[in-house]
Amino acid sequence: MSITKATTHVTQNEALVFERSQAGRRGYRLPALDVEETAIDDLLPAELRREDDLEGVPELSEPDVVRHFTRISTWNYNIDLGLYPLGSCTMKYNSRLNERVARIPGFAGLHPLAPEEDAQGALEVMYELQQHLAEITGLPGVSLQPAAGAHGEMTGVMMIRAFLDARDGVTSDEAKRRKVMLIPDSAHGTNPASAHLSGFTVKTIRSTPEGLTDLDHLRELCASGAVAGLMLTNPNTCGIFERNIKEICRVIHEAGGLVYMDGANMNALVGVARPGDMGVDVIHLNLHKTFSTPHGGGGPGSGPCCCTAELEPFLPVPRVVRSDAEGGGATYGLDSERPQSVGRVKAFYGNFGMHLRALAYILTHGRDGLREATEAAVLNARFIAHGLADTFDRPFDSPPMHECLFTDKRQTRKGVHTLDIAKRLIDYGFHPMTIYFPLIVQGAMLIEPTESVGRAELQQFVDAMKEIAREAVEDADTVLGAPHTTRIGRLDEAAAARKPVLRWRPAEKAAGA
Amino acid sequence: MANVPEGLYYSKDHEWLRVEGETGTVGITDHAQGSLGDVVYVELPKAGETFAAHDTFGSVESVKAVSELFLPAGGEVTEVNESLNDEPEKVNNDPYGEGWMLRVRLSNRGEVDSLLSAAEYEDYIGSLE
Amino acid sequence: MRYIPNSPEERQEMLRGLGLSSAAELFDSLPQDVILKRPLDTPEALSEIELLERFEAMAARNAAARRPSFLGAGAYHHYAPTIVDSLIQRSEFFTAYTPYQPEISQGTLQAIFEFQTLVCQLTGMDVANASMYDGSTAMAEAVLMAERVTRRTRVLVSAAVHPEYLRVTETYVAHAGIELGRLEVDEETGRTSLDASALDDGVAAVVVQSPNFFGCVEDLRAFADRVHAAGALLVVVVTEAASFGLLRSPGACGADIVVAEGQSFGVPVSYGGPYVGLFSTREKYARQIPGRLAGVAFDKEGRRGFVLTLATREQHIRREKATSNICTNEGLIALAATVYMTAMGRRGLQEVAAQCAQKAAYARRRIGALEGFSLPHSAPVFNEFVVRAPSEAAGLLRRLASEHNVTGGLALSRYLPGRPNDILVCVTETNKRADIDALAEGLKGSSR
Repeated sequence: MSITKATTHVTQNEALVFERSQAGRRGYRLPALDVEETAIDDLLPAELRREDDLEGVPELSEPDVVRHFTRISTWNYNIDLGLYPLGSCTMKYNSRLNERVARIPGFAGLHPLAPEEDAQGALEVMYELQQHLAEITGLPGVSLQPAAGAHGEMTGVMMIRAFLDARDGVTSDEAKRRKVMLIPDSAHGTNPASAHLSGFTVKTIRSTPEGLTDLDHLRELCASGAVAGLMLTNPNTCGIFERNIKEICRVIHEAGGLVYMDGANMNALVGVARPGDMGVDVIHLNLHKTFSTPHGGGGPGSGPCCCTAELEPFLPVPRVVRSDAEGGGATYGLDSERPQSVGRVKAFYGNFGMHLRALAYILTHGRDGLREATEAAVLNARFIAHGLADTFDRPFDSPPMHECLFTDKRQTRKGVHTLDIAKRLIDYGFHPMTIYFPLIVQGAMLIEPTESVGRAELQQFVDAMKEIAREAVEDADTVLGAPHTTRIGRLDEAAAARKPVLRWRPAEKAAGA
Repeated sequence: MANVPEGLYYSKDHEWLRVEGETGTVGITDHAQGSLGDVVYVELPKAGETFAAHDTFGSVESVKAVSELFLPAGGEVTEVNESLNDEPEKVNNDPYGEGWMLRVRLSNRGEVDSLLSAAEYEDYIGSLE
Repeated sequence: MRYIPNSPEERQEMLRGLGLSSAAELFDSLPQDVILKRPLDTPEALSEIELLERFEAMAARNAAARRPSFLGAGAYHHYAPTIVDSLIQRSEFFTAYTPYQPEISQGTLQAIFEFQTLVCQLTGMDVANASMYDGSTAMAEAVLMAERVTRRTRVLVSAAVHPEYLRVTETYVAHAGIELGRLEVDEETGRTSLDASALDDGVAAVVVQSPNFFGCVEDLRAFADRVHAAGALLVVVVTEAASFGLLRSPGACGADIVVAEGQSFGVPVSYGGPYVGLFSTREKYARQIPGRLAGVAFDKEGRRGFVLTLATREQHIRREKATSNICTNEGLIALAATVYMTAMGRRGLQEVAAQCAQKAAYARRRIGALEGFSLPHSAPVFNEFVVRAPSEAAGLLRRLASEHNVTGGLALSRYLPGRPNDILVCVTETNKRADIDALAEGLKGSSR
């Protein structure tokens, strides 16, 4: 007997669903139509009906579909497989219990336009989550409507715009002058993009050699009188706590502006310090980071906004409110009568499925567990920072919070750069860290382990990084050619961008095009 | 070391200008293409548009960066290198030849005097290292 | 805390290894006056059993989730094959991040590429992105894109666009220098009227929903010609994606940008989210599209893979000059929609659409024949239609729910106070004949 070895493992070479399609295959069955059929022409005239018979849409059996998606899924790295140390992304464990909660039929099957009296449980979930987020941030006004971090940013800076317009008057010269949103050069790109969408002009604040916001530059920029506000991430994108935060807020407030905090890095602060106590006016939280709702390969996210009482009238509508009946018992409702609101930022009430998961996270941890998670996350980052301190260049000396920053400075002599180190990490079984961000640090490697990893695996990561550093000196080609263990090698992104192919087309048409 | 041919004018924004009579030809320098990396897209204006010196006339994109393009000397665009639409890599492979971007009818020959010579530009990029 | 691998003892050892004596010292870089000196005032931790009990108890207070429902208006009850949810719960999909490292993210990237292709096939367009937050934000982004493409600043929006979509768009364009105009609805047909005098050379786009908010199918072809003649773009909004299985695609009708809510494709209604926005356009506008795009790429050995591409449009590179501030897409929900479209396939999508239209026609006949009830609009519909009741709709629907246990549809007065007696009824393949009969009987019995 002999075995013929396939040249490529079938599970490693799964085609596109369109290429797998076979006419006549079916992966579904519906009940037979149980009403008298109307002649199609009486339903809809021919000119309103499709003519293409959905040509090209796949025809597959159920096992075909399951195999297809299972096979391609195995080409993904994921949190459940191991450490996923993307800085500023907070890739923590996504609890199965939270998934179960989100699928309870009373929630998953609830229509958003159901009458409020028949949706009390869902409204209670949202109201309770709002209360907890207000406590965690120290900011009492909360809207769960924004669908993602950037969406929350947009909402927050639009609230600043609306507040200033209400305070200064829309037509006054003051309103015309206050157009400048200050953003540190280390900020995430969504900050300037969101500020621009909200009608602000962006001015960049420099960072100090310590990796902190340059207070002198901040004062200088504020002196112009045009400052509407500041967008600040804290801990900042270098993983360092802005220890002058109170002074920063004071300077902005004295200049007549408001402070927006990007809450991407809240996993460093929950239970330890509250943005509201620092002087921050409005913040967005990433439920998909700090509160463990799954990243899902790039969404769905959820980006609630929390703000001071002063800013609360400007939050998006509808608001979820509670009214206490006499003699106990509460009812929950939706309130759209907020004339100063920035308006709606999304249909319905936000990514409710994520609200459920985040509330489950908060209740599972309890008050002590929330702080414990923060401590464990910062401790893990410190462990890595300590373990790699002698091997990789650290651009800033300040002690890291929940993530630590290194560069490729010591490795570049042999031509090994951050990208190569990242790709080589894949060969050691780890997902790479965030690379080339923040932009102000050349060759940046931003590492965030989160609390969801044990010390043995942290040590393995440290060992892998040290080994790569050794290879960078002794065997640079191995690093430069990495990864070596994946299904495919490094892809030619330049060619992909020059002649973009963004969809599948049938072979004959593709050839003719 | 980046190639800096003699006989061209250079700007500190890393564009070059070749002057032939009233016509100026514009592109980006070898140094610029080297720091950008693989060019994947060049956005250029249409013939007939007029720009002043130092105006933004387009942008050049690599996979992960965008740079604005500044006109070294003002004038009306007479011709655009349409072949860059399909083959933007020409900017990398032959920045002073097939990778040219615009031809301009110069509105003021005097503006050329404020540009750098090859030697001056070479010193300038040396100072950036 | 059971989600934290290192035990308290191990953490103590790790602290000692760092030369620290307590966890509090980890926060020494914070000034004392910002440190919270008390425990958070949030509840004590719950066990798994207690937690489930709490949520089950809250879920039980959502009475509407247990009734046969005829609610639509932007969120639709459709059947989803079991494999949709089981596949998206694979760790490899739901615990992965954005595919920034293509070598170990090919599953997500290939699925996005398949999603983009399916969206193009259904909408009849050339290019689709990796998804937007939902249909409403996709519409807002389409309006912003139309301004970028045309450099014009006035956008005419049909009054038969979902009212919440319009509100979201108003918020998005408030600071973009875009002026929104309104196209009225013909009360007789239920379709949008295009006033030729409004279509001048300042108009960037005309936005029409089809089937529109009242369920009526618009004559998109007629719109396209006139909109294009004025040099503007036609933006078509679809809230009920199941209609793609039957209705002529917006692309075939001449649309320039098509945005849609993809919730109908295997995604639970889940009290309004998470859903998934579909966004597609013509090839020539590919560089103006907001959000992520996956494209084909090859490695050195010539093996095909997929990468995120044309990233220079996006905020992480172009910052304030980006085509949008969007960063995340709705990855996992887009995957659910991809699995749904693949499992239902070419024939299933057509059969679902046909059943929706057939059952809606049956419901329309039944309700239209009830004394005192009328069907105010004459235009063809897909699976939603307006019923004019003999009495105030909100009260009628409350009685219908409490006395007949049916959620009968949406009282349009929620959005349109001028329509006190109108109910928007939606019928899908999940509504059995018996439910429709119960609805008709209930309406009759409740209309006092």
